Amino acid sequence: MKRRDFIKSTAIAAGGLLIPLDKSDASLWDTFFQKYFREMTPEEKKNLAKRLENEYKEKTGVNINIKTNEALPAVKFAYGLDLSRCIGCRRCVYACVTENNLSRNPQVQYITVLEFKNGEKWVSDLEESNKYFDHKEQPEPGHFYMPVQCQQCDNPPCVKVCPTQATWKEPDGIVVVDYNWCIGCRYCMAACPYGARKFNWAEPQVPSDQFNPNTHYLGNRPKFKGHVEKCTFCIQRTRENPGKYPACVEICPVGARKFGNILDPESEISQCIEKKRVFRLKEELNTNPSFYYFFSL
Amino acid sequence: MRFREYAVAIFAVLALCMLPQTAAADQDEPKVTTTKPPLTEGIFPCSNCHASMPPNKEKRDLSFHTEIQLKHGDNWCLNCHDLTNRDMLHRASGELVPFEKLYKVCGQCHGNIYRDWKIGIHGKRVGYWNGEKTYYLCVNCHNPHSPKFKPLPALPVPAKPLEITKVKPSVPVMIEDKKLYIPETGK
Ligand code: HEC
Ligand code: HEC
Ligand code: HEC
Ligand code: HEC
Repeated sequence: MKRRDFIKSTAIAAGGLLIPLDKSDASLWDTFFQKYFREMTPEEKKNLAKRLENEYKEKTGVNINIKTNEALPAVKFAYGLDLSRCIGCRRCVYACVTENNLSRNPQVQYITVLEFKNGEKWVSDLEESNKYFDHKEQPEPGHFYMPVQCQQCDNPPCVKVCPTQATWKEPDGIVVVDYNWCIGCRYCMAACPYGARKFNWAEPQVPSDQFNPNTHYLGNRPKFKGHVEKCTFCIQRTRENPGKYPACVEICPVGARKFGNILDPESEISQCIEKKRVFRLKEELNTNPSFYYFFSL
Repeated sequence: MRFREYAVAIFAVLALCMLPQTAAADQDEPKVTTTKPPLTEGIFPCSNCHASMPPNKEKRDLSFHTEIQLKHGDNWCLNCHDLTNRDMLHRASGELVPFEKLYKVCGQCHGNIYRDWKIGIHGKRVGYWNGEKTYYLCVNCHNPHSPKFKPLPALPVPAKPLEITKVKPSVPVMIEDKKLYIPETGK
């Protein structure tokens, strides 16, 4: 018996005790008995999205669109970051917050920019870095910067430890989370060697007039208290034909961020891998990230 | 094989052989869509003034364009601007280059960077990763007269773990043409 079926039959056996039936809200019932996303038909996914759109509309009066489209064929996303160019200005951090509807308070941010003193030992020792650097202008002389976000591993330790299969790797390489399925145990956060997964400690707050209405079910749709989220390479932007670059790539003033299809030899990311000496973070852990760092100099 | 098919096949093979050659001829002139050169409004065409001025090759202190302080190797204006056609730039060979293709001028002295720019490693592309892209021109990031990249104002520091619920209200800032939401800084 599958987990949900078990809960379902138990709940029914309990005579609806678990569910406040006086509310007799179809939406509540549907929420409770939602099927596993990956086993839904496209039709079921659409209905689910509709329901969530309506819920958001009821709560805020604002119309949003929640897409459920699948990975494009023959696409495997990868990302490159040129450490000789990054100046630590944090424009990427806030472009991401804005695009992905990340909670403003409590604060959730997918990208962490690390500052290192020149010559300091690093990579092997990210602990030596400073995430709270505070200068008027960037870069601060004598320092270099390394932004870290989800590395979209091909061998993702976070996925393996999830007890409910609420997180998985999509065919285009994006590791996603189904927030409706996540139970908030945070095993994945402990398993991630990059600190890339973020937890909603309280009800996330995004002013509805600041909410980006172009969303994806597996990405920047409305989120709730008590579940984990993370960078999805801006799935709502990139998983389209034509698809935009992720928000962090588009905003970067120094052009340090590269993105594209690693199966296309002409893409910027394939060119970086071919022409520059790239490396990946904590390579020795065999997580096999799709996120490449390099020095163009 | 009938003659027509034969001819078609030969033609196809010939076309294939030609391809790399055409590509090689184009190597210095990538077929790309770029941003517009960010010239000051009203200044172009430069020939409005310059057409009636006698060309002057001399390296000197100028009495006009005094806002331009050259800090670029030991370049002089006419390494890039053309002496007789002021609406154009030029290469060392004398080839005239319109402002829209100024990367061909920069590329003469910064060959490695130019090569990286053409394949998307140096500089920046916006648009669609699997569709039409717009390339930023060198001068979107480097002032050609003092090209060192200028420092930028920093955006707010993230909240420390015990302060994530005490974040100031989220307010818009415009960065280029993009609206970003950041915590109010009171600055
Ligand atoms: C390294 C090549 C280079 C050199 C050297 C150079 N320029 Fe330029 N200049 C350019 C390019 C490229 C542009 C176009 C910039 C743009 O689109 O904003 C430009 C733009 C200009 C403009 C228009 C500026 C505006 O406000 O839009 C003026 C005027 C000008 N140059 C004058 C000069 C003078 C005077 C000198 C010498 C003191 C000089 N340039 C030296 C490359 C050069
Ligand atoms: C309003 C008139 C005016 C316009 C428009 C103008 N210039 Fe000039 N420019 C001058 C004058 C006057 C001088 C000569 C200053 C001197 O000799 O001290 C000059 C000098 C220069 C020089 C120094 C070399 C030389 O020929 O003396 C360059 C290079 C130059 N201009 C480039 C440009 C470019 C490029 C543009 C267009 C983007 C432009 N100018 C537009 C008035 C103008
Ligand atoms: C005639 C040769 C020449 C041309 C043309 C030229 N440059 Fe340069 N550039 C130089 C030299 C020389 C230096 C100084 C190198 C050094 O200091 O080591 C330099 C330095 C630079 C730097 C580094 C500045 C710094 O201080 O870090 C940048 C960026 C740059 N150029 C951009 C450009 C751009 C953009 C163009 C086209 C508008 C251009 N260059 C055209 C010769 C040239
Ligand atoms: C998206 C912005 C951007 C664009 C577009 C861009 N550059 Fe740069 N460039 C940079 C940054 C950032 C640096 C690093 C500057 C620094 O460290 O001070 C740099 C550095 C350089 C340097 C110094 C050498 C080095 O490797 O650090 C040269 C030369 C240069 N660029 C030339 C060019 C030329 C030529 C073009 C156009 C073909 C171009 N750039 C386009 C952002 C840009």
